[in-house]
Amino acid sequence: MTILVYLIPVALLAGGLGLSGFLWALRSGQYEDLDGAAERILIDRNERPER
Amino acid sequence: MSCCAPGAEQAMDLTGTTSVLPSGQEIRLASRLVGDGLRQTDLSVPTVHCAACIQAIETALAKLDNVEDARVNLSTKRVAIRWRGDEVPPFVAALRRLGYEAHLFAAEIDEKDKTLAELIRAVAVAGFAAGNIMLLSVSVWSGAEGATRDLFHWVSALIAIPALTFAGGIFFRSAWNALRHGRMNMDVPIAVGVSLAYAMSLYETINHGDHAYFDASVSLLFFLLIGRTLDHVMRERARTAVKGLSQLAARGAMVLRGDGARDYLPVGEIEPGMHLLVAAGERVPVDGRIIRGASDLDCSLVSGESTPKTVTSGQQVQAGTLNLTGPLTIEATAAAKDSFLAEMVRLMEAAEGGRAHYRRIADRVSALYAPVVHLTAFVTFLGWMAVTGDWHRAVTIAIAVLIITCPCALGLAVPIVQVGAARRLFENGIMVKDGSAMERLAAIDTAVFDKTGTLTLGQPRLVNASTIDPAMLAIAADMAAHSRHPFSKAIAVFAGFAGQPKLEAVSEHPGLGIEATTADSTWRLGRRGWAGWKARTGGEGKYGGYGGTVLSKNGRIVASFTFEDATRADAKAAVGQLKDAGVSVEMLSGDTPDACGDVARILGIDRFVSALLPSEKAERIEVLTKAGHKVLMVGDGLNDTPALGAAHGSIAPATAADIGRNAADFVFLRESLSAVPLALDVSRKAGRLIRQNIAIAIIYNAVAVPIAILGHVTPLIAAIAMSASSLLVIGNASRLQSFVPDEPRRTAPPDRRPHTGTLAQPS
Repeated sequence: MTILVYLIPVALLAGGLGLSGFLWALRSGQYEDLDGAAERILIDRNERPER
Repeated sequence: MSCCAPGAEQAMDLTGTTSVLPSGQEIRLASRLVGDGLRQTDLSVPTVHCAACIQAIETALAKLDNVEDARVNLSTKRVAIRWRGDEVPPFVAALRRLGYEAHLFAAEIDEKDKTLAELIRAVAVAGFAAGNIMLLSVSVWSGAEGATRDLFHWVSALIAIPALTFAGGIFFRSAWNALRHGRMNMDVPIAVGVSLAYAMSLYETINHGDHAYFDASVSLLFFLLIGRTLDHVMRERARTAVKGLSQLAARGAMVLRGDGARDYLPVGEIEPGMHLLVAAGERVPVDGRIIRGASDLDCSLVSGESTPKTVTSGQQVQAGTLNLTGPLTIEATAAAKDSFLAEMVRLMEAAEGGRAHYRRIADRVSALYAPVVHLTAFVTFLGWMAVTGDWHRAVTIAIAVLIITCPCALGLAVPIVQVGAARRLFENGIMVKDGSAMERLAAIDTAVFDKTGTLTLGQPRLVNASTIDPAMLAIAADMAAHSRHPFSKAIAVFAGFAGQPKLEAVSEHPGLGIEATTADSTWRLGRRGWAGWKARTGGEGKYGGYGGTVLSKNGRIVASFTFEDATRADAKAAVGQLKDAGVSVEMLSGDTPDACGDVARILGIDRFVSALLPSEKAERIEVLTKAGHKVLMVGDGLNDTPALGAAHGSIAPATAADIGRNAADFVFLRESLSAVPLALDVSRKAGRLIRQNIAIAIIYNAVAVPIAILGHVTPLIAAIAMSASSLLVIGNASRLQSFVPDEPRRTAPPDRRPHTGTLAQPS
C-alpha cells in the first residue's frame, strides 16, 4: 500500500493543476465573450492590421 | 444577412444622415479614465452578430485618429474603445457609416459580474473537492480498512476544508443574514447540515470510526452551487440583454449662458431658469417652457398620445418628449429631480408595495421545511438517547437525518425549472428578469394593456398608398426622407420609384411640413392648410384625425395621405389566446376615446378606459387588485411606469422607455404581441413543474427519513439517495422542453435598424 503515498499526492496535484488552470482562465477574462471567441476563429489574421 | 427590403434600406440610409448623433461632449461625459491619459468608452451595438461584423468594426475604429484599440464583445454586443486626447474620435459616425447603430452605454465599472465570477469559482472548487473525495470514498466503500481507511478519511477532511470555507461561505453568509433578520431560508438547513456533517466526520476520523460523510457534505455544496449559478446566469443574461437596448436618454443638455457662451452640462446640474438648446432628434431633458422656435413633439412615451403635438414658443414641454422637427430653445422650469421623469419614478416606487411583499415559492416552502427537519433531527436524538443512552450513537443518527433531509433536491427543484423556462422564453425573444417574475405571472387573472406602443406599434402607417399616384408618392417619399416626423418616416418607406423630378433645396418647416423645389415647381408636404394654400376649402378629402396631411404642387393639392397607428403583429390573436387562458383583458390609454375605441374594436377588447393620467392608470390597477384580481400590466410608455410597478406582473416591449423596461418583469424583443400569451403559458407550466418537483422532494424525504431515523443510513446510502432525488428533479424539469411548442419565428426583425454593408466586408 506504500504506492498510495505517491499516488494520492499525484492525483491531487493533477486535479489541483486543472483547477488552478481554470481559475486562471476565468480571471484572465477568457470566459467574458464566449460567442466572440467562437466567431473570431473565422477572422483571417493576415488582413488585420498588426499592432 | 440583409433582412430589410431594398427600398426600406435606402430610406433608412437617408433618414440616418439627418438624425442627430450623440455629441462629443456627451460621449466624453460617459467615458472613463483608465490611466495614462487613456479614456475608455463603452458603446452598445445591438446589431453586431458575426465574425465579419467584429472585423469590420474593429478595423474601422482602429483606423480613426487617437483610437488606441477597439474590442468587440459579441456576447454582450458591446464595443470597448480606448482612446486618448481631448477631441473625441467620431466613433459613432464611423459605426453608422458601416451600418451599425450605436448607443452610449453606462458601464458599471467592474461591478458587473463579481457575483457570477465568485459563483463559478465556488463551483470549480466544490467540483474539484467533490470529485476527489468521492474517489476516496468509493475506495472506502469497496473495502478499505484500518490505516488505509483512516488515511483516506484524513485526506478527504483536508480536501473538504477549502470547499467548505470558500464554496460553503456563500451559503453560510446567506443563512447568517436570514437568521439575523429573524427569517428562515433554504440556506439555513444547508449550512447547519453541511457543517454538522463535517464536524461529525472529523470526530469519527480522529477516533478511527468507519463512517465519514465528507463526500455527502461536499457534493451537496456542489449540486446546490450548480443550481444557484444557473439561476444567476439566467438573471444576468436577461439583465445585460435589456441594458443593451438602452436608448440614448438625455444625459446632458446644451446650456445657453447669458453672455452667449454654450456649455454642455449633465442633466443633474440643470437648474430652473437656465436656457437650453434642444436640437431636432433630441429628447427634452427637463420640464420647461419654449422661448424660441417651433417644432413637433413625439409624446407617445410620455402621455400615450399617438399623434405628434405641434408646439410653439410659450408652451410647456415635458421631460422625456422627443423633439422631432425643429430646434427649440427652452427655459427650464424644474430641475431634473422634479421633472416628469423623476415624478414617474417616484410614483412607481410608491406603487411597488405589493410586489416587494411577494415571497418566492422556495422561501415559503423552506420556511415550513427547515423547522420540521431540525425538529425531526432533534427528536431522533432524544429518542435514541432515551432508548440506548449512547450519546455518540444518538448524535451520529441525528446528523444522518440532517444530511439525508438536506434540501438538495429542493434547492434544485425551483431554479432548474426556471432556468429551462427562461431559456425557452429567451429563444422566443422574451427576457425574464428573475424567477419570481415567472411565479407571479403564473398567478395572474387579468391583463391590462396600454394602447400606444403596446397594442399598436406607436408608429403611424400609410394606409392609402395604393390609391395614390405612384409618381406623386415617389416625390413625397423623397421629400419625407429629410424629416424625422413619424408621418414622414411612414411615407419615406415608399421610396424607390425611379423617374421623379430631382429635388432641390429641401427645407423643413417645424410644425407645418417640408418644402422642396424642383426645376419648375414648388412642392409642399405637410398640413393641409399650409401645403394647399391655393386650395379653396380646407375640408376636402378625408375626414378625421390623420386626414390633414397632403402633398401639394404649387399650392394645389395633388395627393392626400391617411395614416393609422398600425396594431402590433398578432395583437388580435394574442388577446384571443389570453381570453382562452381565462384571463380578462382590459385596455388603459392616455389617448383620446375615439382612437381607443377603434383599436379596442379591431382587437376584440371589451373594456377600455381612455384619457388616463399616469397616476390614474396605477390607481385603476390598485382598484382591480383590491377587488381580488392578480393583474398583469403590459405597457411601454413613461406614463405606464407607475402601473408597471403597481401590477402583480409586468411585461414591456423592447421599444419601451428605459425606466419602463427596467420596471418590467419581462421584456419582449420581437414585434409580435404573441409573446404575452407565450410568457403566460410557459410561466404556468413552469409553476406546475415546480410544484411537482417540490412534491418529489417531499416524497423522497418521506421515504428516506424513516430509514435515517432507524439508524440504517450509511454514507453510501446517503450518497445514492441524494443523487437519485436530484436526478429525478432534473429529469422532471426537462419535461418543460417537450410540452411548450416553439413559436414560429418571424421573418421581420424586432428592430428596424439597417443591417446594410456588413456582409459586403471581405473576411
